[in-house]
Amino acid sequence: MKESLGTSGLILNEPLLWEKGKKGRRGFSLPRRDVEFSPLNEELAGEGPDFPDLSEVDVVRHYTRLSTWNFGVDTGMYPLGSCTMKYNPKTNERQAGLQGFAGAHPLLPAGLSQGTLKLMFELEQYLSEITGMDAVTLQPAAGAHGEFTGMLVIYAYHKSKGQRRSKIIVPDTAHGTNPASAMLCGYQSVPVKSNEQGILSPEAVADVMDEDTAGIMVTNPNTLGLFEENIKKIAEIVHAKGGLVYCDGANMNAVMGIVHMGEIGIDVLHLNLHKTFSTPHGGGGPGSGPVCVKKHLEPFLPVPRVVEENGKYLLSEDFPQSVGKLQAFYGNFGVMIKAYSYILSMGPGGLKKASQLAVLNANYIKEKLKGVFHLPYDRPCMHECVFSDEFQNADKVTTLDMVKRLMDYGYHPPTIYFPLVVHGSIMIEPTETESKEDIDLFIEALKAIADEAKKNPALLHNAPSRCKVRRLDETTAARKPCLAG
Amino acid sequence: MRYLPHTSEDITSMLAEVGVDDLDGLFPTIPEDCRYRDELNLPEPLTEWELNDRMGALSDSMAVSPEYKMFIGAGSYEHYIPASVSNLLGRSEFVTSYTPYQPEISQGTLQAIYEYQTLTARLLGMEVANASIYDGASALAEALLMALRITRKRKVAISSLIHPFYRRVVQTYLEPSGYEIVELPYLDDGRTDLSRLAGMDDLAAVAVQSPNFFGCIENLKEIGEMAHEKSALLVASFTEPLAYGLFKNPGSQGADIVCGEGQSLGIPQSFGGPVLGMFASNMKYVRSMPGRLVGKTTDLDGKRGFVLTLATREQHIRREKATSNICTNNSLCALAAAMYMASIGGTGMRELAKLNYDKSEYLKSELKKAGFKISFESPTFNEFVVEFSAGFEKTYERLLEKKIVAGLPLAPYYPELSSHYLLCVTETRTREDIDALVREVKS
Repeated sequence: MKESLGTSGLILNEPLLWEKGKKGRRGFSLPRRDVEFSPLNEELAGEGPDFPDLSEVDVVRHYTRLSTWNFGVDTGMYPLGSCTMKYNPKTNERQAGLQGFAGAHPLLPAGLSQGTLKLMFELEQYLSEITGMDAVTLQPAAGAHGEFTGMLVIYAYHKSKGQRRSKIIVPDTAHGTNPASAMLCGYQSVPVKSNEQGILSPEAVADVMDEDTAGIMVTNPNTLGLFEENIKKIAEIVHAKGGLVYCDGANMNAVMGIVHMGEIGIDVLHLNLHKTFSTPHGGGGPGSGPVCVKKHLEPFLPVPRVVEENGKYLLSEDFPQSVGKLQAFYGNFGVMIKAYSYILSMGPGGLKKASQLAVLNANYIKEKLKGVFHLPYDRPCMHECVFSDEFQNADKVTTLDMVKRLMDYGYHPPTIYFPLVVHGSIMIEPTETESKEDIDLFIEALKAIADEAKKNPALLHNAPSRCKVRRLDETTAARKPCLAG
Repeated sequence: MRYLPHTSEDITSMLAEVGVDDLDGLFPTIPEDCRYRDELNLPEPLTEWELNDRMGALSDSMAVSPEYKMFIGAGSYEHYIPASVSNLLGRSEFVTSYTPYQPEISQGTLQAIYEYQTLTARLLGMEVANASIYDGASALAEALLMALRITRKRKVAISSLIHPFYRRVVQTYLEPSGYEIVELPYLDDGRTDLSRLAGMDDLAAVAVQSPNFFGCIENLKEIGEMAHEKSALLVASFTEPLAYGLFKNPGSQGADIVCGEGQSLGIPQSFGGPVLGMFASNMKYVRSMPGRLVGKTTDLDGKRGFVLTLATREQHIRREKATSNICTNNSLCALAAAMYMASIGGTGMRELAKLNYDKSEYLKSELKKAGFKISFESPTFNEFVVEFSAGFEKTYERLLEKKIVAGLPLAPYYPELSSHYLLCVTETRTREDIDALVREVKS
């Protein structure tokens, strides 16, 4: 085996912000005072916030040191399943920082905002083309916000038909956000189990679909990394009872240019620009969760919408059946810029190639590691593959132990204990931006860990040993919460 | 394509390992009638340099500062952002990481968010703040849902001086569940009229914004007392957190939930997003709060460390019983705000807030001298409403040609306020800019 990536180096300690600094220091260049002091109503005046006073150097060192305790895609492979941690191109950051975008006020007359409106209009068109859907809103701020928007659209659609349906079908493999988003619209989730192949069977859906059910929320490809092969049949069953098909498109990275969601029975779909379209995740956002719909649902999309009139772009509120507004303004425009730049950089061939290589990388890992780890569904996978810790349980080693050890080897862990249908699941999504050499090294690391599990389980139980901290006491953190200093 | 590292030899050998002949062979589980066989109809790929040109042209078509002198706020404010903040925020260890589910390898984000929560709680005068919501509007909607959960009631009262867009987002969030929203009118002094509250029962929350949409400071203490008498919660919203550098914070005035927009704290305006939903409450309600929370704990050696905590409130554990569906939030924007708050410090924030106040008071007094009427008498921060003469639209257009944005016309939002404009002055406007505006509106 080649030399492992993980090693030890000098990491610096750094106190909390308020444990440093001195009254009177400042890290900010206060603008010149060119007006007189104005009297202030003393009754309203407060004392100002109790913040530490720090110099600019204090602040720079503080965050630089903190950053070295973090692991990002730029540090190394980040095979977090369902999260699509692909490379975040640097040029996208440059574009988002252009003053015309970063400095744009959202409430100027349209004539002064043509650049941003045009970009949004074109991005909507590109996403329509990639998904095969007819219309797009860019307003939702993240995937779950997109799901909520999609549920609102479904709710509004039924309402327009004079109906108030009370249930929605959600498979057991769904992201937790799905039932939570449905609940916000007052829908009761009706669970449906995936079959022994890890996908939904039409019969299971037919059993629960009725005329009080608003529709179904399917993740396709699903969270086991499998394509829902029966999707067309399932859509027919749902449509026959007047329901709609919602697709959680978090896993769209597997099928760009390969499946047109609009042609397989999907009525509403959300995308995650921070997954499929290369925008960075920022340690927990901001994301962007556009919602794409077929023609019959377009009247219900959030307002305002960007429209084109004689070559000029405008924001229009003239959609009386719209579900309303989801954010104060138009969505996470700064994120849209990056997705737009990505699509233009990749082109149609590049996007399709990205999906093909994402699927190639996942299948390659699956083939190389089956036998080393238990593979509950031994079928061709899409962009991610799901193993379990069944083989290692014999040595009293769990998924958690193995992935903590993986940190010592220089990798971010995969997604673990999700999906819930696989006990001790390890969900690996390499993405297309990892090279064969890097994947080979990752595979070697996992094999070495499987070997350690047999020979020296204590090493795994005590992992990680090379990070800033060792395993943390999460139980006490929850029982006696300390949420501010 | 420079983001795809595979050579054709790599592809061939990997395909052989998988046991298929070509890339198309990787998709046997997708039925043929689900396959898309055409080419996507998208523009051909651009080089990095072509992309720069194209994006430069779009960016150049925008009206932005410093070329334009902006006197418009209304929920999106121009403030200076130190280079140190932008620079630190660009560190890719922060930018390219995921939500910190694996704490040992994410201590940078976790400590930074813990610090953000702390500084936010201190700024707003509350005990606990979450790791962020999408924006000020969705934060208000989440706050009202939280109040409805806590009180198990069905009705909320919201001030008509809350940002009009925030009220529309609240409407979107609350409508499908059938909750009732009652709007409180406003008084001649530019503050919320509370008289309607007296006859109301079954109230979960009273929501007001301070400074409100007209820039006026509300009497939160009085509103809180009225709300509490009715066993309702006081939800305090805001669009300009810099105000709390100078004025009393909402926590000290009895607010139960404080939520608002943090864009002013080091985040670019970016056509309205991404920005920062700040959200805070007190510990007794923490288990009803939406969103991520970072907590302090120790590792096996007793060393201080940080983890995501109280996850049993959240969707990935509780599914439909969760306090919210929020997952990805606006973490990097929270980090920007923390960096900004750390840079400016308590002393600096007070001075900057006072400077903002003094500059807007200067514009107010100059406009008064020039004979214009300041519409509402209550004290304001940064923003205020002025009544120009009928037909001011033409002057507004003329000023745009001179690259001055003379505020926001209020008529589309408050039809009774035709010829009224909401003006905003921050530290980025000089006395010269202000004098030029007054000169122009007079002529």
